[in-house]
Amino acid sequence: MSALESQLPILQVIVPLVGAVLVALMRGGRSAWAVALVITWTMPVISILLMRKVLATGPISYHLGGWAPPIGIEYRVDLLAAFVLVLVSVVGAALMPFARRSVASEIDGDKQVWFYTMYLLCLAGLLGITITADAFNLFVFLEISSLATYVLIALGRDRRALLAAYQYLIMGTIGATFYVIGVGLLYLVTGSLNIYDIASRLADPAMQNPRPVMAALAFIVVGISLKLALFPLHVWLPGAYAHAPSFASAFLAGTATKVAIYVLIRFAFSVFGVAISFETLPLTEVLVVLSLAAMFIASIIAVFETNLKRMLAYSSLGQVGYITLGIALANTQGLTGGIVHLLNHALMKTALFMALGAIAYRLGSVKLDAIAGIGRRMPWTMAVFVLGGMALVGVPGTAGFVSKWYLAIGAVEKGWWPLVFAILISSLIAVVYVGRVVEVAWFREPSPAVEKCTDPPLSMLIPMLVLTAATIYFGIDTEASAGMALKAAETLLGGLK
Amino acid sequence: MRDAILRFAEHYNYVVTIFLMVAGLFIVIARGNMIKKLIGLSVFQTSVYLLYVGPSKIIGGTAPILDPAFKVYTNPLPHVLILTAIVVGVAVLSLGLALVVRIKEAYGTIEEDEIFAQETDE
Repeated sequence: MSALESQLPILQVIVPLVGAVLVALMRGGRSAWAVALVITWTMPVISILLMRKVLATGPISYHLGGWAPPIGIEYRVDLLAAFVLVLVSVVGAALMPFARRSVASEIDGDKQVWFYTMYLLCLAGLLGITITADAFNLFVFLEISSLATYVLIALGRDRRALLAAYQYLIMGTIGATFYVIGVGLLYLVTGSLNIYDIASRLADPAMQNPRPVMAALAFIVVGISLKLALFPLHVWLPGAYAHAPSFASAFLAGTATKVAIYVLIRFAFSVFGVAISFETLPLTEVLVVLSLAAMFIASIIAVFETNLKRMLAYSSLGQVGYITLGIALANTQGLTGGIVHLLNHALMKTALFMALGAIAYRLGSVKLDAIAGIGRRMPWTMAVFVLGGMALVGVPGTAGFVSKWYLAIGAVEKGWWPLVFAILISSLIAVVYVGRVVEVAWFREPSPAVEKCTDPPLSMLIPMLVLTAATIYFGIDTEASAGMALKAAETLLGGLK
Repeated sequence: MRDAILRFAEHYNYVVTIFLMVAGLFIVIARGNMIKKLIGLSVFQTSVYLLYVGPSKIIGGTAPILDPAFKVYTNPLPHVLILTAIVVGVAVLSLGLALVVRIKEAYGTIEEDEIFAQETDE
C-alpha cells in the first residue's frame, strides 16, 4: 500500500490517460461510459488521498523516473495544487452519472466512444497542468487538454459548434504559443524549466530583473489570459459554451477556465513572486481594470442574451472577473476570495449548466422564450437553477456570498472602497439576468411542448442536486473551502518555502 | 552606424525569429480564409522553435559526448523540447484542417465573412 501511496501523484495523471485508450477500444456508448465512469470515480479518491497527505506532511514532491529536479521532471502537490486537483476531479466524477443520458441524446451512437475518450484526455490534461512543476511539461498538458476540448466542442449538434471549435483552436493555440514564448525567455535567462528552480534563480539579487524576464511575464500572462477568457480575450468562450454538447459545457465551465486561473496564480505568485509581478510590473492595475470590465460588460451582455447557455457563458466571464480581481488585490483576504471562488463558481456553474442540459434533454431547446412555464413542469431542475442563480448573485447562505465577502474585505484592506460598491452593483446585474429566467420559467403559461416535460431521470437529477447542496453547504460551513483557500493564499504570499 | 550594423549582425537570428513571429500572427488576424489562418498559425508556432533552438547553438560546439578531445558542448535540451513542440504543432494543424473540412461541408465555404453572413441570415 505504501509503495502505491508514493506513486499517487503520477497515478492522478496516468490513470485517465490510460483510461482514454481503454475507452477508445470499447464498442458502443454504454460500455465506453461504464469504463469512463470507473476511471473518473477513482480520480477524487486519489486527489483526496493526496490532499490528506499534503495536510498531514506538507507539499509532496514526486520525481518522474527517479530523476531528481531540476534535471528531471518534478510533480509537486502543495495545498493550492491539491485544492484544484480535488475540485477538478470531483466535478469530473460528479458529472459522469449525468453524462449517460445527456450524451446519448445529443451525440450519435458511433461518436459517443470518441466523446468519452476525449473527455478523459481532457481530464488528464487538466490534472497534469495542476500537478506538474515543469513549465514545459505544463505546456504539453495544456495542449493535451486543449486539443481534446476542441473536439468535445466540435461534437455539438449544431454546425455552429464547428465554427466555435475552430475559433477556439485559433485563439487557444495563440495563447499556448504565447505561453511557450514566455517559458522560452525564462529558460534563456535562468537555464531552468522547473518552476521552483526558476523562482529561486529569479530571486537571486544578482539577477537585477533583466528585461527578458519582464517580457516573459507579459507573454505568459497574456497567453494564460486567453485560456482563462479574461475580458477582452474572451471572444472564443460564449460560442464554445453555447454550441458544445450540454455535458461538455458543464464540464468546461466548471474546470477548464479554473485550471488556467490556477496557472496564472502559480506564475504570478510562485514563479515571478509578488515583487516582480505586482511591484516592478503593474499587474494589479491591469488586472483590476480588466476584471471590472468583465464584471460589468459581460454581466450586462448576459442580461440581453436569449440563449440561456450563452447567457451562462457571459455570466462565467463576469465571475472570472471576480477571481482575477482577487488575484489583482494580491493580499491575503483578496487572494483567498479569488481561490475560494474557483471552487464555489465551479460548483454552481456546473450545476447550472447541468440544469440547462436537463432542459435540453426534455425540451430540446434552451431559448428563453421556449422555456416559458417550465418551472411548474420541471420543479426540481428549476429549483437547482434558482439556487445556482442565487449563488451567482451572492445571496448570503450560498457559496457565492463567501467568496464575495472575502473579496470585499480584501478591497477594504487595500483601501479601495469603490471596489466594494463595484462588487455589489455587479452582483445586482446578476439578479437581473437570473431573475429574468425565474420570471419566464415560473410566472408564464406553459406552451404545449413544455406541458409534456417532466423532471429528468434520477441519474441526471442527483448529480445536480449534489452540487447544489455543496454550493449551499460551502455557503454555511466555510472551514473546508475558505479555510483551505486562506492557508493556500498565506503560503503563496509568504514567498518561497 | 557601424555599431548598429554589428548589433544587428550579432542578433540576426532573433530578428528572423521576431519577423516570423509577427508575420505569422498578422496572417492569423488579417486573413479571412480559414486555411490561410492556419498557415499563419503554423508560421507563428514555427518561429518559437527558432527562439528555442537558435540561442542553444554554440559555434564550434559538439554534441554532448564525453570525450577528452572536445571541450565545448551544445545544449541538447532545447532541441528535445522543440521536438515535442513540433509534435504538438502537427496535432494542432491537423485538427484545425479537419475542422475546416467539416466547416466546408456544413457551410459550403471557408471564407469567414461569408460564413458569418450565412449565420446572420438565419
